[in-house]
Amino acid sequence: MAERRVITTDYLARVEGEGAMTVRLENGRVEHVELRIFEPPRFFEALLRGRSYAEAPDITARICGICPVAYQTSAVNALESLWGIDVPEPIRLLRRLLYCGEWIESHALHVYMLHAPDFLGYDGAIELARDAPEAVERGLALKKTGNLVMSLVGGREIHPINVRVGGFYRAPGRRELRALVEPLERAREAALETVRWTAGFDFPERSVECELVALSQPGEYAIERGRIRSDAGLDISAGEYDEHFEEEHVERSTALHSRLRERGTYLCGPLARFSLNHDLLSPLARSAAAEAGLEAPCRDPFRSIVVRSVELVYACDEALRLIDAYEEPELPAVAIEPAAGTGFGVSEAPRGLLYHRYRVDGEGTILDAKIVPPTSQNQRAIEDDLLDVVARYVHLGDDELRGLCEQTIRNYDPCISCATHFLKLEVERR
Amino acid sequence: MSESGKPTLAVWKFASCDGCQLSLLDLEDELLALAGAVQVAEFREATSGVVAGPYDLSLVEGSITTPHDAERIQDVRRSSRALVTIGACATAGGIQALRNFADVREFVAAVYASPDYISTLETSTPISAHVRVDFELHGCPIDKRQLLEVVTAFLHGRRPGIPSTSVCTQCKARGLVCVTVAHGTPCLGPVTHAGCGALCPAYNRGCYGCFGPMETPNTAALVPRLRELGLTERDVGRVFQTFNANAEPFREAAVRDG
Repeated sequence: MAERRVITTDYLARVEGEGAMTVRLENGRVEHVELRIFEPPRFFEALLRGRSYAEAPDITARICGICPVAYQTSAVNALESLWGIDVPEPIRLLRRLLYCGEWIESHALHVYMLHAPDFLGYDGAIELARDAPEAVERGLALKKTGNLVMSLVGGREIHPINVRVGGFYRAPGRRELRALVEPLERAREAALETVRWTAGFDFPERSVECELVALSQPGEYAIERGRIRSDAGLDISAGEYDEHFEEEHVERSTALHSRLRERGTYLCGPLARFSLNHDLLSPLARSAAAEAGLEAPCRDPFRSIVVRSVELVYACDEALRLIDAYEEPELPAVAIEPAAGTGFGVSEAPRGLLYHRYRVDGEGTILDAKIVPPTSQNQRAIEDDLLDVVARYVHLGDDELRGLCEQTIRNYDPCISCATHFLKLEVERR
Repeated sequence: MSESGKPTLAVWKFASCDGCQLSLLDLEDELLALAGAVQVAEFREATSGVVAGPYDLSLVEGSITTPHDAERIQDVRRSSRALVTIGACATAGGIQALRNFADVREFVAAVYASPDYISTLETSTPISAHVRVDFELHGCPIDKRQLLEVVTAFLHGRRPGIPSTSVCTQCKARGLVCVTVAHGTPCLGPVTHAGCGALCPAYNRGCYGCFGPMETPNTAALVPRLRELGLTERDVGRVFQTFNANAEPFREAAVRDG
């Protein structure tokens, strides 16, 4: 008689957004794995049509409350590249500082509140705080520092109000930024402690084999700009993205699935960034990675929590460097003169590559828009990883297997709100 | 009340960006104290632990955009003693309510290769269009200090102390220079609900209305001033048609003057 087992998770917790997963097993063999994304679609690309280019940073920020700066940055990059604008160095530096704030806020949220509870056997950070209050308080302090950077540079932590095409509405003074130095120095210590903490977790030995894609920029760990590169030799500008990547629409999902036209599944995010660009981390972040036993390339999704912790060190370190180097710009923004054409922009959201494309008319009215969030790009890789995890750990009991599957998904820090054009865990064994 | 004798708190998500519920986690200094004062019974963004209802206080983020969500909000209402909506999506329909002014089928076709796979309503509507709501907290996103006040007030059985005046009153209270008067910058402050603390004027930017309309806003008086400051009719339509486009006073202004 065929053995049939059904395991379900209807609503995946500790991810941003709404999704579910189904795994179907027949006689202990994995037959089918799928992620279903039932996050209601909000049709951003459609509602951007007819809007002014100047509204793109404010409107696209609303795609995601966890990484609004990523959306704002890819939007301004796309439009500025269209009009050949290279913002003055102090403005670029402020953008990178704001983005460091978002990396700190988002990574601290994911490491401490969404991901660590999986490794330590808790439902969430609130439950973890009863037994390990000092760890959770450290995470909250880190997160608060990220938010402090975003509030000062961006005006507020969620949906910053200070970002515009061409620069900012108001550039903070040097003295204002100095107020961030002491909290960031404490955050950097907390981030180093975070690396030691997460490096001590138990990791199953895992390795994913897909292509790793990340931005790269000479001389710096790419965040707010760069060329799109991969470990298989891809090296293209944002404008060439559509020639190399495509999106598919599958029935189970309001998120579109991306693939490399030539080679299929790929992975972006912390593992890809660290694997491609680790030599450009600051000396402190590199030594923290080495002490944690991280080696590049790192293809173990479970260890993404350690990589995120290393990136926390880097983001604090880099924010401090940027503040030290900052000189107030003469004007907070470059004047814009719209012209018809198509602009392409990319940046490294906390969870990976974020691509924007806008076609505008001569007055700067958006005619059409395309936005490809990191979770769409990673969805195929996540499904492949799940298939392999289920095949390897099929001997586990239902609850244990469900827990491992959920953790496998959280390893990718999926942002489902972003990706609707992402999940329920259901394991059917028959 | 839970078995522990603490009031139970639930957080629900509908169509949204997760930003407003993130505001709860952004209360870094108060979160653990709050979590000690209540039993968090349902908060999927933060925990996989779930306690069955009924709940003393439900915070609802997001708007109703799918047939399934239109049914789900009824269940949430039935299991909640008090229901508070948080943010522009839940209180006004959000940016996704721009579909209310367009053909949603055309929106679906513009984004998805296989429109048949998508189940969606023609409109994005606030929670109050579907169930009784005990309090609405405005903002895109909400202000976390205001959220703390609302949660504290409901747990103590009092009305929240949330001003319903305009952004201008907070701008004056901060002693900021009026960006319209001093710089000729178009600003929605006179008609926009207070709550952000006049963030945009503090950054030399005109208010762009993300907290939605104040109580009894006089948009008809503001529009001519916006036009004098150089906004075209199309611009006026755009400034009222953002994150609170479906809130009646802004909808009316966009239709009348946009």
